[in-house]
Amino acid sequence: MTDPEIPSAYVRDKRPPRETREQLRARIPGWGADLDPADRPSHPRLHYAPGTTGAHWDFPERQPERQPRERSIEHAFVTPVFGTAQPLRGVSGAIRRLAYRRFSEGRLAHWLLLIVGDRVDAWSSHLRSFATLHPDNPVTETGVRAEFTHGGLRSRRGRSDARHHVLDPVIVAGPWVAGAAVTYTGVRRLVRALRH
Amino acid sequence: MRAMVYRGPYKVRVEEKDVPAVEHPNDAIVRVTLAAICGSDLHLYHGLMPDTRVGHTFGHEFIGVVEQVGSSVQNLQVGDRVMVPFNISCGSCWFCARELYSNCHNVNPNATAVGGIYGYSHTTGGYDGGQAQYVRVPFADVGPVRIPDWMHDEDAVLLTDAAATGYFGAQLGEIAEGDTVVVLGAGPVGLIAAQSSWLMGAGRVIVVDHLQERLEKARTMAHAETLDYDEHDDVVVELKRQTDFLGADVVIEAAGAEADGNLLQQVTGTKLKLQGGSPVALNWAIDGARKGGTVSVVGAYGPIPNAVKFGDALNKGLTLRMNQTPVKRQWPRMFEHVRNGHLTPRAMVTHRFPLEHIAEAYHVFSAKLDGCIKPLVLPDAA
Ligand SMILES: NC(=O)c1ccc[n+]([C@@H]2O[C@H](COP(=O)([O-])OP(=O)(O)OC[C@H]3O[C@@H](n4cnc5c(N)ncnc54)[C@H](O)[C@@H]3O)[C@@H](O)[C@H]2O)c1
Ligand SMILES: [Zn+2]
Ligand SMILES: [Zn+2]
Repeated sequence: MTDPEIPSAYVRDKRPPRETREQLRARIPGWGADLDPADRPSHPRLHYAPGTTGAHWDFPERQPERQPRERSIEHAFVTPVFGTAQPLRGVSGAIRRLAYRRFSEGRLAHWLLLIVGDRVDAWSSHLRSFATLHPDNPVTETGVRAEFTHGGLRSRRGRSDARHHVLDPVIVAGPWVAGAAVTYTGVRRLVRALRH
Repeated sequence: MRAMVYRGPYKVRVEEKDVPAVEHPNDAIVRVTLAAICGSDLHLYHGLMPDTRVGHTFGHEFIGVVEQVGSSVQNLQVGDRVMVPFNISCGSCWFCARELYSNCHNVNPNATAVGGIYGYSHTTGGYDGGQAQYVRVPFADVGPVRIPDWMHDEDAVLLTDAAATGYFGAQLGEIAEGDTVVVLGAGPVGLIAAQSSWLMGAGRVIVVDHLQERLEKARTMAHAETLDYDEHDDVVVELKRQTDFLGADVVIEAAGAEADGNLLQQVTGTKLKLQGGSPVALNWAIDGARKGGTVSVVGAYGPIPNAVKFGDALNKGLTLRMNQTPVKRQWPRMFEHVRNGHLTPRAMVTHRFPLEHIAEAYHVFSAKLDGCIKPLVLPDAA
């Protein structure tokens, strides 16, 4: 055994484990139950088991495509099954369609366009909601009420992430405040212009 | 039906939506009895995942009752109580045939680099999720499994993702007997990863986080040593010190793309969105592992690039392993572990919110208020 003062990394010996198998077994329920790699479902890594998946088809029947479905150009075709949750629409839809049509997943432009589409979608949806009976409400939809019911201050005491939590309201409310300010100055200018 | 709906970053509400219909002969419609919010949902909620559309219903952890089946469904019947893996998979493509259920090639037209996931944006296929009263479950003969009679509903719902992912994270670590395993993140995924590491023979398990209730849980539920990164100027140095300057044999990264611990990376990555999330935990994993060791990444990252210290990984000869969890492959063995108490998913549940309070539920989990570790969503308790 080499000098115990010198940390393991600098000498060849493997130091004896801190706890024996028996100690670990006594302390931790199930210790070592999966020691045998055969007991780990990830072994072997590529386990060819086509008969066990529950599929009873070679290639799945195709789900009807009721409207043209956007797809990655790295795919040979629209996959036989796909989600139909929120079909493309409006300006955000056009941006997203361009991202899919023009750029593969390997291109940063594909993802940046999709992010732009997301922001346009969020903003046009907010605006559109004001013309409905169910307008967006930044107070109820952000759940900030929980700050009072679930200990907002108490929960953050001493936490380092509280430093950037202060940015969250700025990110959420900032554009609303800016929008209100622009509207306010716009209206004021208009009123002034009409008065003159 | 009532369903959670995304309205833009940090904004969600409950809306009235049509009950989903069978769109393919192997579809089932499931009435959701219990759902959960996953750490991954927070990435969507914060607007980090490209092609997250307004109106989307999140939720990839849910259990329920089969309400309707398509004409080709053989393995399920109306009335069955089922747990549904978060992956949508066809069971017959090149990948599914090799049990890579998270990498199915037949269910996600929007991308080839990721499989199909319930309620996880159009980048994973555009399927509405289970934080709702009903959900469309494609390939009903492949994914869902009847919930065993002995299993608690709260264990079942966590097995659909968080618990399976923790176990998978430990598997990817290729833990050898006596290994020192460091787990970054004491969320639901990290806590189960720590428990699982012992099952695979770890000699030491150290869990890193900064939230006290979670570190406490790591000590009591997972019998692990803990390290509060707020208390150390440089976590990597502390990990070296604690491992006799070797570094950890295995690091399991269970924090993901919103990792904290470096204000600059956090703000540029997750607030200003100048990179694809924050690489802090990933870099701690790479720098905290010993040379020749393994880094297992189950923390989620999106398709936009990150400032990852790849050179360190190369120069240290690390093995990097990662994936979305192929959930169903984990179940047979995990069911045994849950039944005999070696894994205790439901011990992590701290909050149960009615669906109608979904906005508060997201806020509490996102800001980690009130000691929240795992919030469940009850779709019928209005
Ligand atoms: N691969 C998969 O299939 C899969 C499945 C489920 C979840 N995930 C991902 O796993 C991650 C964890 O999920 P969760 O539900 O436990 O989330 P969570 O948000 O509850 O937990 C994350 C924890 O990491 C901690 N953390 C943040 N920065 C850290 C750092 N630098 N070092 C150490 N800890 C840090 C946080 O304080 C928090 O406790 C998420 O990224 C999630 O998307 C992946
Ligand atoms: Zn998840
Ligand atoms: Zn498949």
